[in-house]
Amino acid sequence: MVRLLEIRNLYVSIGGKQVLKDVNLRIGSGETHALFGPNGTGKTTLLNAIMGLPRYEVDRGGIFFKGQDITRMSMDQRAKLGIGMAFQRPPAIRGLKLKDLIKIINPKADGVRILKQMDFENFANRDVNRGFSGGEVKRSEMVQLLAQQPDFTMLDEPDSGVDLENIKLIGEAIDVLTQKGTRPSARNKSGIIITHFGHILDYMKTDRAHVMLGRSVVCSGDPKEILEQIKANGYEGCVACMCPAK
Amino acid sequence: MHVPGEVKEMSEKARDKKALYGTDVDLKSYESKAEAHQEVATPEELPSDVKKAALDVGVSLDKESSGAYVQMDQSPVIAESMYEGVEVMDIATALEKYDWLQDYWWKLVAPDADKYTADVAQSPPAGYFLRAKAGAKTVFPIKSCLYLGSTNLNQRVHNVIIAEEGSELHVITGCTTPAHVQRGLHIGVSEFFIKKNAKVSFTMIHSWGQEVEVRPRTGIVMEEGSSLSNNYILLRPVKTIQTFPTCSLNGKGAVASFNTVIYSTMGNIDVGSNVFLNAPDTSAESISRVVSVGGDVIARGRMTGKVPGARAHLECVGLLLSDKGRIYSIPELDGQSRDLDMSHEAAVGRISEEELEYLMTRGLTSDEATSVIVRGFLDVEIKGLPEELKQEIKNITQKEDLNGA
Repeated sequence: MVRLLEIRNLYVSIGGKQVLKDVNLRIGSGETHALFGPNGTGKTTLLNAIMGLPRYEVDRGGIFFKGQDITRMSMDQRAKLGIGMAFQRPPAIRGLKLKDLIKIINPKADGVRILKQMDFENFANRDVNRGFSGGEVKRSEMVQLLAQQPDFTMLDEPDSGVDLENIKLIGEAIDVLTQKGTRPSARNKSGIIITHFGHILDYMKTDRAHVMLGRSVVCSGDPKEILEQIKANGYEGCVACMCPAK
Repeated sequence: MHVPGEVKEMSEKARDKKALYGTDVDLKSYESKAEAHQEVATPEELPSDVKKAALDVGVSLDKESSGAYVQMDQSPVIAESMYEGVEVMDIATALEKYDWLQDYWWKLVAPDADKYTADVAQSPPAGYFLRAKAGAKTVFPIKSCLYLGSTNLNQRVHNVIIAEEGSELHVITGCTTPAHVQRGLHIGVSEFFIKKNAKVSFTMIHSWGQEVEVRPRTGIVMEEGSSLSNNYILLRPVKTIQTFPTCSLNGKGAVASFNTVIYSTMGNIDVGSNVFLNAPDTSAESISRVVSVGGDVIARGRMTGKVPGARAHLECVGLLLSDKGRIYSIPELDGQSRDLDMSHEAAVGRISEEELEYLMTRGLTSDEATSVIVRGFLDVEIKGLPEELKQEIKNITQKEDLNGA
């Protein structure tokens, strides 16, 4: 498997405060990974650091994408290289209509089809995320990613605040973005998803899962197995499981 | 009533009277005589640079109009109605034709208000006369262009708009100088009479040069059940502008909305509106959006509520994108009665980092993201305009190169 994303010994801080500690992660081309962990362990931080948000200072280690060191690259360059992200709580942009943003993101995107796919046609002429409910914001994010067509899609709780019907819609969209409709050997798009409840995993395919605890990735394995362990023993179980190894 | 002799006398005394607001302009440093321009039969025959300048301020003199008026320097070159219910004339001809026009002439703007109104009162009348007859409803706007084409000229304009009872009138005016005009002065007196149940939209787009000074003087009176959507757009450099149109809502249930959109790069821009709510159930709203990457912008808004039940809202919001700029926002509410509902919000700030970063994660560069946010900020939802006109106005802000500092 060709390695699309590799994170090596990554240490990140915000305003001098360490928020990620020695993170190591590899995601192969065509793979979709899930990221679990209690609140405040650094899951969103990790995604933001991969995206390159400026507050996140890399103190040590590096982020490599398609074989390039992107650790110091600007956000827009990373996006152009093929990284896309669905935010947990994106801002509203006054005066920018969603259909216009679709065109700005990708002039070749079929906005009509994408909006239809996400059952979001009624929002085409609305200002991006302005006055959207929690669930609508998630669909707005998916619409934008479907226009962007990133090679590596990062999803920060795309299922929180979303009703079951729309969870299915979002799960299916993620499968489209990560080419789960094609045979495994033909896939070259990858993704990572943060989810607390795992409902969405019933509607999308994941290849591998990781658990973050204490600002670091502590465990990796089969998504179903890990989720079952967490459901059965909580994250305390993960701590106990990790103890001998560390 | 001012008889012409009285106007002359009043204005004579105000020759050196400085305006309350704005920088002082030395009128003597401008030429008061302009070369005359030939009238043309149709808009197609206009000189190409005039047509181009008009288009540049969103005034396409085409079939989709109910009338056209073009003035080059002091000469009206076209004044044409394309719809039976509306009259379009140059003001000098209208004054000759209609004696009753004296009842409207200098009634809402005082000839001795300041040296600028005095200067207009002292010169031969030039400008447009637009009138929608009672019950006449137009969808397409009357399009007008005031073109200042000679360097150092003091262009003086005096306009009268009358919307008779139950009429609907849309006007779009572009005021502009071509690139070769280095320096100039434009003084525009405008008097709008909006009668019972009439509906008017007036949109003015300014596009001047770096050494052009502008002093519009506007008075508006509104009768019962009438409505006004007044829109002002300034996106290009200018040396100085000062205007503070006064609007009196004198009839029950009159509704006025003022929208101002400014992108400032230099100069001294002092604009706002002064609204009097004089009758029950009247309401007024004034929204100004200012982006500054340079220059001083003073955004005024004053609402005076005189009777119970009047409603007024002011919104002055500014984005200051450079240390070279200044935005001075002055919202004023003057309540003079019980049971009023008057409010304002004012804010001067910067582009949100969060919004900028969000767009950058979608692949936009910092400059592109800034431009998108600035455009969105200036995209005021204008009420009371036909869809086509809304789109035309939107196109004006879309095509401009609006960047951060």
